[in-house]
Amino acid sequence: MGKLTFHGGIHPYDGKELSKDKPIKAVLPKGDLVYPLSQHIGAPAVPIVKKGDHVLTGQKIAEAAGFVSAPIYATVSGTVKAIEPRRVVTGSNVESIVIENDGKYDEIEYQKPAPLENLSKEEIIALVREAGVVGMGGAGFPTHVKLSPKEPEKIEYVIANCAECEPYLTSDYRRMIEEPEKLIGGLNVMLQLFDNAKGILAVEDNKPDCIAKLKRLTMNNPRITVKGLKTKYPQGAERQLIYATTRRAIDSTKLPSDVGCIVDNVDTVVAIYHAVVEGKPLMNRIVTVTGDAIADPRNFIVRIGTNYHELVEEAGGFKKDPVKIISGGPMMGFGIFDLDVPTTKTASALLCMTRDDVSRWEPTACINCGRCVEVCPGRVVPSRLADDANRGDEEAFLSHNGMECCACGCCSYVCPAKRPLTQSIKSMRSIVLANKKKK
Amino acid sequence: MSDLMKVSSNPHVRSKVTTSNIMLCVVIALLPAAGFGVYHFGLRALLHIGITVATCVLSELIYELMMRKPVTVTDLSAVVTGLLLAMNLPVSAPWWMGMIGGMFAIIVVKMLFGGLGQNFMNPALGARCFLLIAFTSQMTNFAYDAVTGPTPLAQLRAGELTNNTVFDMIIGNTQGTIGETSMIALVIGACFLIIMGVIDLRIPGSYIISFVIFLILFGEKHLDMSYIAAQIAGGGLILGAFFMATDYVTRPITKKGQYLYGIFLGVMTGIFRLYGASAEGVSYAIILGNLLVPLIEKITMPKPFGKGGEHS
Repeated sequence: MGKLTFHGGIHPYDGKELSKDKPIKAVLPKGDLVYPLSQHIGAPAVPIVKKGDHVLTGQKIAEAAGFVSAPIYATVSGTVKAIEPRRVVTGSNVESIVIENDGKYDEIEYQKPAPLENLSKEEIIALVREAGVVGMGGAGFPTHVKLSPKEPEKIEYVIANCAECEPYLTSDYRRMIEEPEKLIGGLNVMLQLFDNAKGILAVEDNKPDCIAKLKRLTMNNPRITVKGLKTKYPQGAERQLIYATTRRAIDSTKLPSDVGCIVDNVDTVVAIYHAVVEGKPLMNRIVTVTGDAIADPRNFIVRIGTNYHELVEEAGGFKKDPVKIISGGPMMGFGIFDLDVPTTKTASALLCMTRDDVSRWEPTACINCGRCVEVCPGRVVPSRLADDANRGDEEAFLSHNGMECCACGCCSYVCPAKRPLTQSIKSMRSIVLANKKKK
Repeated sequence: MSDLMKVSSNPHVRSKVTTSNIMLCVVIALLPAAGFGVYHFGLRALLHIGITVATCVLSELIYELMMRKPVTVTDLSAVVTGLLLAMNLPVSAPWWMGMIGGMFAIIVVKMLFGGLGQNFMNPALGARCFLLIAFTSQMTNFAYDAVTGPTPLAQLRAGELTNNTVFDMIIGNTQGTIGETSMIALVIGACFLIIMGVIDLRIPGSYIISFVIFLILFGEKHLDMSYIAAQIAGGGLILGAFFMATDYVTRPITKKGQYLYGIFLGVMTGIFRLYGASAEGVSYAIILGNLLVPLIEKITMPKPFGKGGEHS
C-alpha cells in the first residue's frame, strides 16, 4: 500500500528547523490587548462590557450573536479602554474591545465541569460553545457548529488534523511533543459525541517523533488510531486530509459530515479539552514566531489580543530588516504592512522574511506549461480559471469548476511565469459567491 | 523599521523555476544534437544555427520595439525557436533560408498572434513547413560531404533497404536535417529535460508507441525490426517527439489530452509516412495536432476533486 496522500501538491522549503526544537514559552502581554469582535466565521460577537468596566482574566467580554458565532473572553485583568475599530491582519478595520492591562492577571474562578462520562452530548457541545472555541487552523469556523451535524450517528471518523503542512509552522508540532495527553483528551471528548466514530490522529511523516509518541499513548485506546501521512503541502487541507485518511472525497458543495467525517486541528482539539475537561474558555494559542529576519525564532503560548510587536520583541527582535511579514504560514497566511495588529484565535504564526518572492518577479505571459495542473489538489486547471477570472467570465469560470479551488496557493507557487493565479481565482470566487447571495 | 512591509495575496513564496530557466534547459538539451550536427555536417551547420538564432532574437526584439511592447527576448524562447529551426534545416540549404524561416517563425507565427504563449502553432515547425512548401527543392536536398544522397527514410520510401545500419542511425551517421540525425544525442538531451522536470514521457511515449503500432498494423513490413528501427531513428521522429510535440504552448495542458494528442501524432505521422507524398511526416503531423489542441482540451477537461477527479 502506498503512503496516505492525495494527488497534486508541492514540496516548498519548509523552514521548520528554525523553530521546531524551541519549547513553548509563555508570553505575558505588557501593552493594551485588542479583541476584534469578528475573529471567527459568522456573526460578530456582541460586547457585554463598556468603556471603563474592570474585567478579570477569563471573564466573558462579548457574547455570541447567534448560532454561527462565538463569544470572546478577556485574557488579562484590566480596564476596558475603548470599543472601536482596530486594524486586523487582513488590513481591514474591525470593531474591537481594547483592554488596558493592569499587569495583575487576576483571574476568575473557573467552574470545573462534571467528569466527562457524566456529561450528556448536549452539555459537551454547550461547553464548547460557551468557551468560544473556533477552528484555530485558520478558518475560524465555530467548533460547536461543526460538532452538531444533522445526523451525529452517521459520523464514522473524527480526525485530528495534525498534519501541519504549512511551511515554517511548528506550533502544532510543539503541542504534540509537549502536551500530547491534552490532544488525545480532546479527541476523546469529541468521540464522546459520536457513538459510531473512530478517532484518527493524522500526522505528516516528517514528525516521526510525534507519531511514535501518540502511538504509544493511544496503544490501549481501541477507538483511536495514529496515521502517518506523506509530507506534502497541502496535506492538512480538510478535503485532502479526509481523502488521505479515509479515501472519501468531497467537492466544494459538501461538508465533511456528509461523508461521516469531522475534522479539527491540533490547537482546536486542545481548546475543546480545556473547555470540557477544565472548564476554561479559549484564551490563548500557540504562535510560531519565525523567519530569517527574527533573531531567536520560537514557539510562544500567547494570550489572545496580544500585539504582534510584543511577540517580535519576545523573539529577540529583528536581526535583519524584514521585507515581508506574514500572519500565518507562507502559503495561506496574510501579508501585513506593519506589526500593530493583535493576535487572534486563528493566528498560527508570525513569519518575518528578509525577501519577498512575490515582488521579486514581474508576472509574464502564461506558457501553458501545465505545472499548475500537475500540482492542483482540487484537480482543476488553474491557468484556465485565472484567464476566465481576469476576463470576468463567470460562466466559463463555473464551467471550468472554479468553485472547487481551495486557495491553497500551489498553482501560484509553481508558476514559472510568476502569475498570481490563486489571487485571480480567489477574487473571482468571492465575486461569484457575492452574486449568489444577491439572487 | 518605520517602513511599511510589502503585502500581497497568498501564497507569499514562489518556486525558483522561471520561464527563462525552463527555456535555458531546453537550449542546453538541444546542444548535444546541435553539436553533433556541426561535427557531422561541418561548420556550415554552425552558420545556419547562428543565422536562425540571431534572426529569431532580433525579429522579436525589433517587433517589440516597433510595437512599443515590453521586450521579452530575455525569456530565451526566441533562442529555442531559432535553434529548433536550424536543426530542421538541411545543411545544404542556402544561407538566407534560416533568415526567412526565422522571421516567419517569430513575426508571423508567434508575434502576430500575441507573442509567447499565444501562438497556436509551434513557430519553428510552422516556419519549417512554410519553407518546405515555398522552397521544396532546397529544403529536401540533402547534400553531405558534397555528395547528394537520400535520407534513410527516403530510401525506405523508395522500397529500398537503407544502406545505413541501425547503428549509424542511432549515432547519427546518416543524411537528414542538421539536428535530427543523431538519435543518441537527442535522447541524451531529452533525458536531461525529463530529469529537470521540463518535459515528461506522456506525449513522446504515446506518440512513439502509437506510431510503432500503426507501422506494425499497416506498414508493408509489419514486424520487421530493422524497418521499424529505421522508421524511429532514421527521420525526424525523435527530434519531433521529444522537442517539438512537447512544446508547452502548442500541446494540450490536460493530462488525458496529452495522451490523446500523442496518439493522434503517432497515427498521423504513420499516415503521412506510409501514404503521403513525402518520406517525412513528423512536422505536418505536429502542426496538424497543434490545430486540434483547443478541441482536445475541451473534451479532456479533468474532473475536479470530489467529483471523480481525486483518483488521478
